[in-house]
Amino acid sequence: MIETPVTEDELHAYIDGELPADRLAAVEAWLGGHPEDAAKVAHWRTQAEQIRARYGAVAKEDVPAQLRLDRLLRRKRSWIGIAAAATIAAFMVGGVAGWMARGASAAAPSPIELLTEDALAAHRLYVVEVRHPVEVPGAERPHLTQWLSKRIGYDLAPPELDAIGLKLVGGRLLPGPAGAAAFYMYERASGERFTLYCSRTKAAATAMRFSAPGRNAALTWVDHGVAYVIAGPSERDELTRVAKAAYEQIDADKAEKKSGT
Amino acid sequence: MNTFQQGIEATIPALRRYARALTRNAETADDLVQDTLVRALRSEHLFHGGELRSWLYTILTNLNRNRLRALARRPTVLAIDDYDSAGAFGPETGGRDIERALAGLVEEQRSTLLLVVLEGLSYREVADVQGVPIGTVMSRLARARAQIKAYLDGERPALRRVK
Repeated sequence: MIETPVTEDELHAYIDGELPADRLAAVEAWLGGHPEDAAKVAHWRTQAEQIRARYGAVAKEDVPAQLRLDRLLRRKRSWIGIAAAATIAAFMVGGVAGWMARGASAAAPSPIELLTEDALAAHRLYVVEVRHPVEVPGAERPHLTQWLSKRIGYDLAPPELDAIGLKLVGGRLLPGPAGAAAFYMYERASGERFTLYCSRTKAAATAMRFSAPGRNAALTWVDHGVAYVIAGPSERDELTRVAKAAYEQIDADKAEKKSGT
Repeated sequence: MNTFQQGIEATIPALRRYARALTRNAETADDLVQDTLVRALRSEHLFHGGELRSWLYTILTNLNRNRLRALARRPTVLAIDDYDSAGAFGPETGGRDIERALAGLVEEQRSTLLLVVLEGLSYREVADVQGVPIGTVMSRLARARAQIKAYLDGERPALRRVK
């Protein structure tokens, strides 16, 4: 009788119960005549038994309270409440997809969360600087624009926010979670500072999100592969006004470039 | 609770088992399961029938991948003790052994092996969960088993073999 050679894939299928019935006899005969393969298969079986012995009992434990579905269902509703409050209709840049992607909180900070965290850290660090808040002063706007656009790989002029009382202090380059980030600082006559942080991101376009982890707050949105974070004192209405002005300018700049004028 | 929610609830013990083996940390595992449940509940409209269990494994596997990516971007400080126990000593007896062998696998291989031997998914189901062809599942499985065998046979990673 001619023996059909047995492949390694078939050996795996054999122990995992995936082998077609018509190959069962052939594989068993093969193992009888090939002790090294038989030893390998026996080893794989032992591995599987050890894995089941080590972790199998977890499924018999009581489910902890944090995973009780009725509790999670209650929490789900409150999340939707927060989402609705923070999503500003005027800013539905990318629909609600962004908010739906949120919520994977503790275990998996999303790229957006990482960026926002980073922008807030930079904000806290630099707004208190008296002598060196920026690397390039706002007076050198053309140079600043050219330099930072080149480094972040994306054409971006710092928005002019004079109309809402914010003067450009200047900008600096920062390392971000997904590459270089441009960081612009603005100042009100009263001394209040706001910052705009921009970096390329692979995250999909999102609606604007508000986060206020402490004394400072941030509004984050993603549009055409770029994430923008406006950070400032934790006053949502004020921050929203600044973000809206910045968003409109960036958007207008883009439209202008597109039409080639 | 509707049928969809009841289906999810019935799967929680298995999800915890899979997550525990996948992360080898009880707390991380339960956080991962919690995120999976929240996402599933919120995405009921995206579930178009089929295997609820596979769908949940898919969500959990993806969330864990995101988690590892985020971790990789953050510098981590590993205690010397952890480092030693993660690989500097030879295999020991008992469950710690297989735990360390699993820890040495790359993520895709670990998930493949666990879905097959611990969760009892078919190759086809694993292919769906991971979004890859069955051939890829087979090669991941083969590599996982070969590497665990090498580990348990006492072979140290090349860098640590001093002679």
